[in-house]
Amino acid sequence: MTGVLHSTRAELLRLRLWPALWITVGLEVLLNVVFVYVFNYLAYRGGGGGGLSDGLPPQLLLARMLPVAIPEVLVQGLPMFGGALMLVLGALAAGSGYSWGTVKTIALQGPGRLVTLSGTLAALAVVVVGVVTALLATDVVASLLVATTQSQAVVWPALGEVARSYGAGLLVFGVWTLGGVLIGTLARGPALAVGLGLVWVLVVENLLRGVSLAWSPLDRLTDLLPGTAAGSLAGALGAAPASEPGGTPGVLTSLSGPTALAMLSAYLVLFLGVTAALLRRRDVV
Amino acid sequence: MSAALVTSEHLTKTYGERLAVDDVTLTVHAGEVYGFLGPNGAGKTTTLRMLLGLVRPTSGRATVLGQPPGDPAATSRTGALIEGPGFYPYLTGRDNLRVMARYRGVAEAEVDEALERVDLRDRGGDRFKAYSLGMKQRLGVACALLGHPDLLVLDEPTNGLDPAGRQDMRALVGSLAAEGQTVLFSSHLLDEVQDLCDRVAVMSRGRLLVESTVAELRGATSLFVRAEPADVTLAVAMRLAGEDRVERIDDGVRLDLGVDRAPEVARALVAAGADLRELRPRERSLEDVFFDLTGTEVAR
Repeated sequence: MTGVLHSTRAELLRLRLWPALWITVGLEVLLNVVFVYVFNYLAYRGGGGGGLSDGLPPQLLLARMLPVAIPEVLVQGLPMFGGALMLVLGALAAGSGYSWGTVKTIALQGPGRLVTLSGTLAALAVVVVGVVTALLATDVVASLLVATTQSQAVVWPALGEVARSYGAGLLVFGVWTLGGVLIGTLARGPALAVGLGLVWVLVVENLLRGVSLAWSPLDRLTDLLPGTAAGSLAGALGAAPASEPGGTPGVLTSLSGPTALAMLSAYLVLFLGVTAALLRRRDVV
Repeated sequence: MSAALVTSEHLTKTYGERLAVDDVTLTVHAGEVYGFLGPNGAGKTTTLRMLLGLVRPTSGRATVLGQPPGDPAATSRTGALIEGPGFYPYLTGRDNLRVMARYRGVAEAEVDEALERVDLRDRGGDRFKAYSLGMKQRLGVACALLGHPDLLVLDEPTNGLDPAGRQDMRALVGSLAAEGQTVLFSSHLLDEVQDLCDRVAVMSRGRLLVESTVAELRGATSLFVRAEPADVTLAVAMRLAGEDRVERIDDGVRLDLGVDRAPEVARALVAAGADLRELRPRERSLEDVFFDLTGTEVAR
């Protein structure tokens, strides 16, 4: 257990000083503010009905920016853009070590491969908690700002709903981060892992879903994709699906909440298991 | 005989059809500097990788500090630099060592001590990516020294260093050896191994050709004689030493005879009417031995 603690502390130190981490996290927070608050605010100020508002009336636009909407807002960005960034982070964190040679240097320090993997994952878990907390915090600040400037009563959402969305955020980001770690480990380098990972999340999954609209047997397959599970969990927690006006890309209603939760947990275990097996068996070259 | 810190028996590694390491059996004793000598591509690094648990052997067995290779109990007491230093480019040298000290579970206070040891303390605050090749190499050695390991494994530590850096690295290994540190150290440079090592193993094409002390490897001292005329000298030499124990080198002749036979050689040459110009003991350099060994190997 001390080995895991040592490895976690080591990995936290190097992650904390890694510019790529802060760029990814900063981008995540910035995208959230821009897409949820800045664009909606501009559409709202423009009187709604324009292209930016996706045809939604101003009152609905405003309602989405108020504190009471935080639980939906928090989950709507998770499945696609948020997930893609976390996938990139995971792939960089795991893949770069192969090109830098740090995988080898760490393997020579003694704790054992699975112990150091546990340390890496624990440190990345801290990062995931930090990112979701930062998103929640910016949602709180931004929505308060909107409510105050637009003279709206501040109505807070139920704490249970916030907690549920927060938990969903941890799970979805955890799955995508681990997915990134897996492909970074598989590819033994960051470039191919990041490239193929992004194509998968942003292109392949969406194409498959598009084809499945025309050819229903494909539904069975698309229902099994990690993006479907993440999108469905967000949909089940109140985020507007992409199919509705003003909906968020990536948010789906294909699976029920509990099914999505089970699928995501299964992916978490699968990604973890395959990564651990690869690290344990493979030669460090 | 002191305890064996590293042993291997019939260690073999194949990559597909290619035999990278072929049946290597060796022993490193506590307190000695063990040289691993061979040209690039001889299989030295792959052997060291197997001993450190980075690479799984195809067959054969090994123990390091009494444990199987890669066992945390052994790895945590072994400091190693294998095939170039691998560090986080965006971190300073000092922060890189802090990270590795944490992984190793040793006090971060040791970081400055290790930097001092390789003369990098003043540059510890610079980013790794800004280091010269020599500084990177020294940081790798500093990392291997963290936690005062029982066994130090250095794979070509002088690679990429300029002559001064090479000298410093040799001095460092020399001072570590003087403190009783066990060092397993690979090189393709003969003079390095000759100066530093108690025992050497010579590898070529994946095979360990010989394992012995430097003195044994050089063999008995021979005699070098230079006299005129050359044909008379050669005839006398052959008569005394035997036809196949004489070799023409430079402008003289080498005889496989002990130093105690020198007066006899001098008398015989004078009696044969030769003008004796030079007669002295001649030690074989490791280089001679190395090329003898690998030359045979190539010719096979």
